Amino acid sequence: MTPADDFTCAELVELVTGYLEGALDAHDKARFEEHIASCSGCDAYLGQMRETIEVVGRLTEDNVDPGAAKTLLAAFNSWKAGG
Amino acid sequence: MLRNGGSVGLVEAGAYAATYEDRRIVQALQAGEEKVFMELVESLGPSMLRVALLFVRSRAVAEEVVQETWLGVLSGIGRFEGRSTLKTWVFRILTNIAKTRAEREGRSVPFSSLASNDLESGEPSVEPDRFLPDGDRWAGHWASSPRRFDAQPEGRLLASETMNLVQRVVETLPDVQRAVLTMRDIAGFASEEVCEALGLTDVNQRVLLHRARSKVRAALEAYLGEEETT
Repeated sequence: MTPADDFTCAELVELVTGYLEGALDAHDKARFEEHIASCSGCDAYLGQMRETIEVVGRLTEDNVDPGAAKTLLAAFNSWKAGG
Repeated sequence: MLRNGGSVGLVEAGAYAATYEDRRIVQALQAGEEKVFMELVESLGPSMLRVALLFVRSRAVAEEVVQETWLGVLSGIGRFEGRSTLKTWVFRILTNIAKTRAEREGRSVPFSSLASNDLESGEPSVEPDRFLPDGDRWAGHWASSPRRFDAQPEGRLLASETMNLVQRVVETLPDVQRAVLTMRDIAGFASEEVCEALGLTDVNQRVLLHRARSKVRAALEAYLGEEETT
């Protein structure tokens, strides 16, 4: 791998999702990993993206509205009664 | 397993395990087990509401869509054949109902055509001034290097203020980016499922996901104030 073949950091940040999705071809994947291994800024950036995904995933932890749950329970019971 | 409506939801579980778990749930529903039904409602409900809101305008209508979906699930449970996960099957019913409601509301512009506006603007993921300018020996490399968010004091990343910020950023994303991010990273769907539900190509789905995640990342970085000048 020659330096000319290396991504710049500005190019790398656009490939992070492709990398995490396993969508890069073998050549680009190797270049990506080579860059990350020697660039602490991009390594931290990749870490931030992983942390971002984790935080967004936590948004799901809200609760079902009790009123809606009650209505559904009633619907379930009438469904059950009706066979 | 049931309590897990997040990014490691039923979809990502091993195919065999999911099938077994799904079969158990379906049998329990058919046997009229209230507890299993309510667990399913608690587990999938919040994601369903979020996904419904991608299609219809108001929370009230979205709640109706969710209720209607559950009625559809109950009346159709005998037709569930286990060719997809139960979760995928439930959400397919949900998106069909939500799309019908959206059409009735006169809001039926498909995501695939909305996506083209979103895809045309070639906005960078990171502000260009974070990188050294052309002419510099290290042009295109970090001028101010990012730092991991976990360098923050314990708990700050998941504090409720941070979560509120993330929620607000997600709400202000362009429709299709919000839809992709919600389905992938909040409701925990696989990319193929999102492509099918929203009518997007694989490549476009990925570009939109990238833009959405990048914006949330940038907002988190700005909020946590972790820019370090090197």
